[in-house]
Amino acid sequence: MCQVGEDYAEPASEEPPPRQPGREQKCVKCKEGLPVVVIRAGDAFCRDCFKAFYIHKFRAVLGKNRLIFPGEKVLLAWSGGPSSSSMVWQVLEGLSRESAKRLRFVPGIVCIDEGAACGLSPEARAKTLAEMKLILQTVGFPWHVVALEEVFDLPPSVLRCFAQEPVETEGAYKAAVDSFLQQQHVLGAEGAGDSPSLAQGEEQLSWPCTQDPQNPQSPDRPPTAAQTEALSRLFDSVKTLTAKEELLQALRTHLILHVARTHGYSKVMTGDSCTRLAIKLMTSLALGRGAFLAWDTGFSDERHGDVVVVRPMREHTLKEVAFYNHLFAVPSVFTPALDTKAPEKASIHRLMEAFMLRLQDQFPSTVSTVYRTSEKLVKAPRDGCAASPPGPRCLLCMCALDIDTADSATAFGAQTPLHLSQTQPPTPPPTAPCCSAGMGRVQGCCGGARPCEREDPRACVIEQLCYGCRVNMKDLPSLDPLPPYILAEARLRSQRYQRPLCSGSPGGPWGGAPAGPLPTQLLPQGLHRAADPGVPG
Amino acid sequence: ATPPASRSLRGSVSLGDEAVCPGIEAHDRAWRGGAELLFDGVKKHQVTLPGQEEPWDIRNLLVWIKKNLLKERPELFIQGDSVRPGILVLINDADWELLGELDYQLQDQDSILFISTLHGG
Repeated sequence: MCQVGEDYAEPASEEPPPRQPGREQKCVKCKEGLPVVVIRAGDAFCRDCFKAFYIHKFRAVLGKNRLIFPGEKVLLAWSGGPSSSSMVWQVLEGLSRESAKRLRFVPGIVCIDEGAACGLSPEARAKTLAEMKLILQTVGFPWHVVALEEVFDLPPSVLRCFAQEPVETEGAYKAAVDSFLQQQHVLGAEGAGDSPSLAQGEEQLSWPCTQDPQNPQSPDRPPTAAQTEALSRLFDSVKTLTAKEELLQALRTHLILHVARTHGYSKVMTGDSCTRLAIKLMTSLALGRGAFLAWDTGFSDERHGDVVVVRPMREHTLKEVAFYNHLFAVPSVFTPALDTKAPEKASIHRLMEAFMLRLQDQFPSTVSTVYRTSEKLVKAPRDGCAASPPGPRCLLCMCALDIDTADSATAFGAQTPLHLSQTQPPTPPPTAPCCSAGMGRVQGCCGGARPCEREDPRACVIEQLCYGCRVNMKDLPSLDPLPPYILAEARLRSQRYQRPLCSGSPGGPWGGAPAGPLPTQLLPQGLHRAADPGVPG
Repeated sequence: ATPPASRSLRGSVSLGDEAVCPGIEAHDRAWRGGAELLFDGVKKHQVTLPGQEEPWDIRNLLVWIKKNLLKERPELFIQGDSVRPGILVLINDADWELLGELDYQLQDQDSILFISTLHGG
């Protein structure tokens, strides 16, 4: 296995692992209890020590990152599976009054019903939903169950990043905690209605947020048959399982983001475990998403701006999760996924999972090594552009596009002129003066009229995607089945880009409030081809 | 103590997580998934292993399971002479790594639980 740098000072004898500790051994922690589970390479824990270890890890990950402020509204993304169920349970226990150091945020749960994409019958979906609701009611947080079909009702604004102020300093966090504790003290130790803590079994009415758990925004109605049909059609039209997985992930993310924004949640917690993230890191590399590894696998993902995704389970392996859930009766609901029972080579995701797990079997430090590597990934802007306005973002995954039209040295840059030449008459090279200004990072900008809204919506969308998303789009022969918000936002952005770029306007249309089309007199005349009938205004 | 080779062994082989959500009867959970998808949808199998010359260990049990319980796609559950990587094995609620993995000798009334950690979650 490749090793990196001086951190990996572990002796080579770590692999193959020392032969298993026998049952005669005692727990490595308390030295007394009978061990029930082996963690990492050879550490045997007894039941109680394992529980303490597991809970402590969850708290430590949250505590050391200090991103969640007291009283903040946090949306827990629950799929029903073991990792996210464990996460919900940890939050539940962490908020309860009895804990020594209570968690202090205000949770809600969102659950996406993806049955239509996975080809489940309505009866199966209904049964699964019923079970999930039972658990949701037991947990007692405000919850939102959303069918994936609702992507057809999403507004284009869900794809925009609403820039936030820079991350708070260390001092601000401490000050927030202190003032929160003072408030608590003033309100009395009883933890009256204003307190966000919830002892198990309390009624939901004690929650300060007035969310009706039945979600007043969209009352509990099942999606229409037409929407289900449309979703099935969309997924059936995708040629490979890999692309289906990626599309599903994108749609799921958009939907969760929408729920978070609609109900005022500023954080979303997902249950990605250490094992899952290690697999995801390798899969992302294979998918061409190497530039975004830090966001895809790090603890926090701020690509959306106002809503930050955090991954508190990222230090728990799947084995630990499975054991904890079994030993301490954490309820979960199995929902078949896109690739349930699929053979190993059906998709890149499956292949990578099999590869990693097989390697992990023989070399138990595989997952942790990949994980530690992922921790070192830094979210740095490209050289020299730290001060410039934020660049364009991928339409689907919303990561900052890391491309240059002028950068024809890369395969990525070389793609650009190719498809443009298929759709319009020869244009001046992309190094026209207007493009070299700070905002000239969108490929195919200016240089003449763009036929986007006139002729080729597909080229219009493809241009606004990062490399990984473009490759996925190749497996989607027609963009028609896509939910309307994607195409609408693509059109909006391409229209917006034609003008401000040419005039060198610093107001980036990507971040902040969306800008309307600029009046024509701001355009340098030479660049606005009056002959193009498709350009509005 | 190992039972004499000629006597049969009784025990249970279970699949998936046994945690039951409060309020749901086991028989109401008509749609279950996970490893039991490969076992005809049955979560818990009471099993009687016939007496035989060789002692029953997990290795032999897996062969027996493949022949008698696995209804489809054996490669999703068994790989070589062991379980597929990603499938956990618990013997009487303890990690099989503590008990010798494939070499563990089965005792009467043992309970073997397989938990799949593959995808989902």
